[in-house]
Amino acid sequence: MAETSFDPVTVLLALVPALPLLGCLVTVVQGKMLGSRAHWPAVAAIAASALCSLLLLGITVATVQGPDGGHGIPSRPVESVHTLWQWVRVDNAIQGVDAVSGVASSGAASTAASRPFAIDVVLRLDPLTATMLSVVTFIGLLVAIFSIGYMHGDPGYPRFFALLSAFVFSMTMLVSASNFLIVYVFWEAVGACSYLLIGFWFRKPEAAAAAKKAFLVNRVGDFGLAVAVFLLWMTYGTLDFHDIVAGDGTIISGILGQTRLTNVEGIVGGTVGTAICLLLLLAACGKSAQAPLHVWLPDAMEGPTPASALIHAATMVTAGVYLVARSAPLFVACPDALVVVSLVGGITALIAGLIATVQNDLKKVLAYSTISQLGYMFVSLGTGTLLGFTAAIFHLVTHAFFKALLFLGAGSVMHSMGGVIDMRRFGGLRKLMPLTAATFVIGGLALAGVPPFAGFFSKDEILASLHTRAYPGGHGDHADEAHADGDPLDASQAAHGDHADPTHANVSAGSLNTPTTWKAIWWMALVTAGLTAFYTFRAVFMTFTGPLRVPDEAGHHAHESPPVMTYPLMILAGASVVSGGLIFSSDALGSFLPATPSLWAPAVAGTAVPHAFHWNIAMQGTLAALVGIAIAAYGHYGRRSDEPQMERYLGPLGTLFANRFYLDELYVITVVRPIQAVSSIAAAFDNSVVDGLVDAIGRLPSALAGIVRRLQSGLIQRYALAGVMGVLVIVASLVWSLKQ
Amino acid sequence: MISILATEGAASEAAAAGMGLLHNGLLVGALLFALGLVGILTRRNMIVMFLSAELMLQGVSVSLVSWSRFHGDWGGHMLVIFVLTVAACEAAVALVFVLQAFSRTGRLDANAWQLLREAVLPQTIDQALPPIDGAAVHWPTLTRAGVEPEHEEDALLEREHV
Repeated sequence: MAETSFDPVTVLLALVPALPLLGCLVTVVQGKMLGSRAHWPAVAAIAASALCSLLLLGITVATVQGPDGGHGIPSRPVESVHTLWQWVRVDNAIQGVDAVSGVASSGAASTAASRPFAIDVVLRLDPLTATMLSVVTFIGLLVAIFSIGYMHGDPGYPRFFALLSAFVFSMTMLVSASNFLIVYVFWEAVGACSYLLIGFWFRKPEAAAAAKKAFLVNRVGDFGLAVAVFLLWMTYGTLDFHDIVAGDGTIISGILGQTRLTNVEGIVGGTVGTAICLLLLLAACGKSAQAPLHVWLPDAMEGPTPASALIHAATMVTAGVYLVARSAPLFVACPDALVVVSLVGGITALIAGLIATVQNDLKKVLAYSTISQLGYMFVSLGTGTLLGFTAAIFHLVTHAFFKALLFLGAGSVMHSMGGVIDMRRFGGLRKLMPLTAATFVIGGLALAGVPPFAGFFSKDEILASLHTRAYPGGHGDHADEAHADGDPLDASQAAHGDHADPTHANVSAGSLNTPTTWKAIWWMALVTAGLTAFYTFRAVFMTFTGPLRVPDEAGHHAHESPPVMTYPLMILAGASVVSGGLIFSSDALGSFLPATPSLWAPAVAGTAVPHAFHWNIAMQGTLAALVGIAIAAYGHYGRRSDEPQMERYLGPLGTLFANRFYLDELYVITVVRPIQAVSSIAAAFDNSVVDGLVDAIGRLPSALAGIVRRLQSGLIQRYALAGVMGVLVIVASLVWSLKQ
Repeated sequence: MISILATEGAASEAAAAGMGLLHNGLLVGALLFALGLVGILTRRNMIVMFLSAELMLQGVSVSLVSWSRFHGDWGGHMLVIFVLTVAACEAAVALVFVLQAFSRTGRLDANAWQLLREAVLPQTIDQALPPIDGAAVHWPTLTRAGVEPEHEEDALLEREHV
């Protein structure tokens, strides 16, 4: 544990969230006065924060030392922990925990150590955090700059930048916190920022409803995280990620600390472990819009487009991926939970991809695409291999670039079209806005996974990680692997050794965890790759090709967006082109991320495979993408987008997709209506019984007064009589008391 | 009470005579007070009510004088003189009120004034009185005093009633 002395890294790490917070506060206080210059505090703060993040990334990269000069699995984890202050402390909160190994032991076996419940506000720096910080602040900066143009003239201009800044603060805290409770706090905080930004135009009923829906659906996931935190506390007796060296030299091991990760008994598997993992997955499903909690994200497109780009495409929705990747050792200890992660991801990816093919709202297409791509990341995480985890983060990074690019491109189109986003109402915009069109096509190619754009490489990694699970025996590239059975997981399970039935780790109690399931997930992923290419280019062709048409709302000033909007587009387009190839060819993430303690853990790192380019998988992925693009070109290239679309070939399936598999209707029937019924009963009870009781008590003095009021007759002689009677009573009582 | 006083005071003839005087004085005072009380509670004529109040005052004064004489203390006498003075002033004020009230309604009936009752209660009318034709009757007015202010002569002659 680092001392609280403020070394440069601590200062930098604290500045990353602190500056956007400061920017938010300044905007809140001074926003009205700044007027149309209200973007300055937020943009400056996020820019400085991005600079700090990149410095931290550089420091971390310099610290990671691979065994052969920076490549391959790092020999030791890189982690530095910076305690800012103590938030909560309750002495003697837990007893019966083995303070050395940290494993909860029951009853007499306990060493009966007594430990406080202490929550420190503690930040950590490791490769995963450095990567996430850089992505969040870099995309955040570009989106903030884009917003200067996009939000220009909006009455809520200062409010938007305050919220954007607050979001960057919350998100950077979320990814740098080193404690599950702090993570939970900022998990809620990003949800609140998301709610406020979806409902940014709160006078619009759809926006208000979408914000409420997003918030409520997220509550389901947040509930999962809360229960997971409780369970973690009960199981491990701590909520810290890192190890703490106590005053007397004993090590209090954190949940994801190095002592626990190197200990084969360290991570609790079995039923409790699986429960924790599934609850964490539920939380991730809520935040990352995975089935069955994905319904909020498409509606969230009611918010301003830059907010959609930053929060609902590039960063916040990846919090779930981050959480699972951070908790990788917990998941690896529970193979049943892992396969559920992959299944959820695969089903989500496929469903969202199918729905996206029939959407006519440009932003909705991108929203379903986001859900689908997040599903891809979950598929990758669920493989439980080092390659899977790094591939998910790799895809997270490239996806952040090209999805932010696509969203900002959609925002540029929307800005120019006077707020119209229905693709059937415009077309041929490449002549009108060439820069937007070019960058959008680059983003689309990256999303579709066409080589050599960014999405190709990250998707290839994901498919490769999945392939090792789907075809464990016949994986050509890994046929000469050291593991005799060809499945790296089996070896790691055996080495891990604390599971109920290590001999059947691969086909354990959960009947889901079979090669058949993995094959199904593999095909889901491959089909989704084709679908991704199809719907992306359907959108591209509908928007940018065909005869030039502009809706009436755009008026006479339909034009290319101002430079403040196109420069971020071009930067992101550049990143979308080169980031994938650069990161893949240098194996940057493959040798960098495993230095994160969670991924360095032997259980995870034991599944490492040599960095390689998988020709067969790349061919399959590219083929799927090209087929998708070809079908989209056949149906949409150069045609008027208001003509009948390709979905007419789908028949009833098209209706099913267009109605989002009737999932919203299902929720309305099974959840919303019953709750509304119970609510109306409760409201009736409140109105009649509770309010009635209060009103009755309120009427009581008035009713009593009605009786006494009759005495107030206004007749002077009655008053005189009352006075006489009173005196008589006094006299009588005096006499009586004197007689006693 | 007498027995108590007899044990405290000197058991002489003079004391016995003083006791008799006190006894009578107190009886008269109580009688006056009771008469006034009954009058003020039963009569509705404001002047009679006022007189009854004066009667009660005098009843108390008689009691005070009696006690004062019994104790040989002039304080009671002084207090009575003071009460009489106040009563005279009070009589002047009260009569002005009565006169003003009368000039508003044309009646000396105290029940004509019930405005302090609760708004929701009906007016108490135990015996309906015949209406007064204000134009037909001419009531005397007070003589005006002091320098007459400038005003319209006609306005002074107009009166709702009375």
